[in-house]
Amino acid sequence: MKVGVIRFPGSNCDRDVYHALELAGGEPEYVWWKENDFLHMDAVVIPGGFSYGDYLRAGAIAAITPAIEGIKKLVAEEKPVLGICNGAQILSEVGLVPGVFTVNENPKFNCQWTQLKVKTNRTPFTRSFEKDQLIKMPVAHAEGRYYNPDLDLLQDQDQIVLKFHGENPNGSLEGITGVCDESGLVCAVMPHPERASESILGSSDGLNFFKGMINY
Amino acid sequence: MKYDVEVKISLKKGMLNPEASTIQRALALLGYNVHETDTIDIVKFSMDEDSEELVKNEVDDMCQRLLCNPVIHDYHIDINPQED
Repeated sequence: MKVGVIRFPGSNCDRDVYHALELAGGEPEYVWWKENDFLHMDAVVIPGGFSYGDYLRAGAIAAITPAIEGIKKLVAEEKPVLGICNGAQILSEVGLVPGVFTVNENPKFNCQWTQLKVKTNRTPFTRSFEKDQLIKMPVAHAEGRYYNPDLDLLQDQDQIVLKFHGENPNGSLEGITGVCDESGLVCAVMPHPERASESILGSSDGLNFFKGMINY
Repeated sequence: MKYDVEVKISLKKGMLNPEASTIQRALALLGYNVHETDTIDIVKFSMDEDSEELVKNEVDDMCQRLLCNPVIHDYHIDINPQED
């Protein structure tokens, strides 16, 4: 399965994601932000980083680039799209997932391992987990506090993917730190699955996100 | 005609503003007792356009498409014709 790894100026988790995709058995390929047509990909990942220096708002400028047009074409073909950290911020700025990831309640850069609860396994990325399964992945962000004025709709449509379990390190609404679109195929998560893809890193729970996508 | 444009971007009422609360706490460290601290972002630029109405429509569009996130932001646009 060919998986595009989108690169913006300021992306910095692109090589880690590439490596994790290879570990999961996929065929990753980098896609530069100026590309607007990459329909030969079976899926794409928008990796973390600080695209465009987080100017204006994290993800706001990446959200209007040609690569997003290319991603929308993949979404129309019902192919899986995963946004991680800055990638999640970008997907919310585009409006492909609901709500926003904004400045942490305690305005510091939060870099730590977190316990997470998988709230739905209907997405390609979480399909190998049980609902409410606890997993371990790290977060690293300053703008990760999830906010959505319409929490009920999110719950009713089963669009909450991950919640912090125990400590809520950024003040997210209901501890939400991963959401998806109505179809479940577009998924935005603040924690980094690629940084938890090998046991030597402290957890391999994240590898299932990539395996799930590749075997979809 | 050339117009000076100023867009003020603020968080919607009731939204948490961690930057403002940190500034308020820092001011308290210096002994200043202030309340209701808030911060806004200002984006300034100039535009050539035939009328103020056209400027307003275009800047409104910019706010919706890039400058603001409508989920959390309100914005206010000031337009002033430049003096020759």
